[in-house]
Amino acid sequence: MRRVVVTGLGLLTPLGWGVEHNWKGIVEGRSGIGPITCFDTEGYACTIAGEIPSVDGRGGGAPGQHGVFDHEKVMSPKDRKRVDDFIVYAIAAADEALADAGWKPETEEQRERTGVMVGSGIGGLGPIADTAIILKEQGPRRVSPFFIPSALINLTSGQISIRHGLKGPNHSVVTACATGAHAIGDAARMIALDDADVMVAGGAESSIVPIGIAGFLACKALCTAYNDTPEKASRPWDKDHSGFVMGEGAGIVVLEEYEHARARGATIYAEVVGYGLSGDAYHITAPAEDGDGGYRAMQMAVKRAGIEVSDIDYVNAHGTSTMADWIEAGAIERLMADHAPNVALSSTKSMTGHLLGAAGAIEAIYCILAIRDQIAPPTINLDDPERETALNMVKDKGQPMKIDVAMSNSFGFGGTNASVIFKKVG
Amino acid sequence: MSDTLERVRKIVIDHLDADPEKVVEKASFIDDLGADSLDNVELVMAFEEEFDIEIPDDAAEHIQTVGDAVKFIDEKLAG
Repeated sequence: MRRVVVTGLGLLTPLGWGVEHNWKGIVEGRSGIGPITCFDTEGYACTIAGEIPSVDGRGGGAPGQHGVFDHEKVMSPKDRKRVDDFIVYAIAAADEALADAGWKPETEEQRERTGVMVGSGIGGLGPIADTAIILKEQGPRRVSPFFIPSALINLTSGQISIRHGLKGPNHSVVTACATGAHAIGDAARMIALDDADVMVAGGAESSIVPIGIAGFLACKALCTAYNDTPEKASRPWDKDHSGFVMGEGAGIVVLEEYEHARARGATIYAEVVGYGLSGDAYHITAPAEDGDGGYRAMQMAVKRAGIEVSDIDYVNAHGTSTMADWIEAGAIERLMADHAPNVALSSTKSMTGHLLGAAGAIEAIYCILAIRDQIAPPTINLDDPERETALNMVKDKGQPMKIDVAMSNSFGFGGTNASVIFKKVG
Repeated sequence: MSDTLERVRKIVIDHLDADPEKVVEKASFIDDLGADSLDNVELVMAFEEEFDIEIPDDAAEHIQTVGDAVKFIDEKLAG
């Protein structure tokens, strides 16, 4: 099997636009959660989310602010009507990742050997809801020709391929909150199996829309207790957790075959060494109570990586600020056994909120940056842990430490689990 | 310049983000103004809304230029 490394990173999250800006916020323990500004939340039990700070005022953004997002720097108003926000976010993060990798395929062969695998948990929920109203009130002739291509999940991969002329495998993942992790794991396999030399991989989400918030509220999954103190709302493992906080954005990595990256002198952040997948076969929204699905995904990733669990230095948990947090921690304790005190564990969702289909991708990037800078990101708001653990729960601020191997967990509705392991390239 | 032409030009300029100087009667939406087939569908929908008329699909297929649109709309409005 061919080795696969990470050579480019791109991030757009509630902490802002750009990898370095994001990472600074993560290490400092900054919350990206605030009041929902993009629609009137009157009548909603949850009125907070992690919106992307944007020049139009969304998420408390303003022109000139550091790390503020500007749609018009990504696409013209004419092109924007063809895409829902999740696609704009995917394009923005892919632009950054490809520029960071310094990869601009020019020959036909280079284009055909560069593919895209970017997914989304839900896709164009906003346009689907809005168009349903137009259909009901004005009839079928008023439905926009851009409705379907703006809402389809795989148009993330389609739009990125068109923009950059990438003619290799063009695929897209839909596994709810495990999407981003599955996309990176599956894309790495395409390179390992020689279907491509370079893959643009990750996830994007823009579900902070009325029907998205109402839908997750109906599932009893969203945080409702911290509408007045949004920065305190996402608190994985804390006894006062109240459900997850919705976030939006995208995380994209450029994956590359090791020798291909070396030959062109690319900066190598880390190697994708392990990937494990499993199903709970238990419940549509709740994880199996014994955490066995997550355990088996992690176990498979460790086996694939050809490492011992004692090699793992940092785990970025799925940790959504729900009852599932301790089930996951229990599965990690079981996996790590005696090694548990040596493993740093945190959930960066305490700062970004839960980006659903983008979560696995942005958290993979935080793992990669943890390896680059030898700093474990923290969990914020973990003021009063619900129970004790032998694991090293990194709190409040990033913790400098040796990190050669980091694992990212992502679990989704339907009982779908993915773990991806990254390793420092010596 | 007829009122219809001016209103059609405004819609085309807005929807296609086109250079106003290029939006002349003989300009083809696809060949001269950067539209694709989906843009054409959207332009026809916008003409229907602006002039409160219905443009059947078979007629819409023949509206390829600014002038085509003006001619069709004027004939329709004249009844």
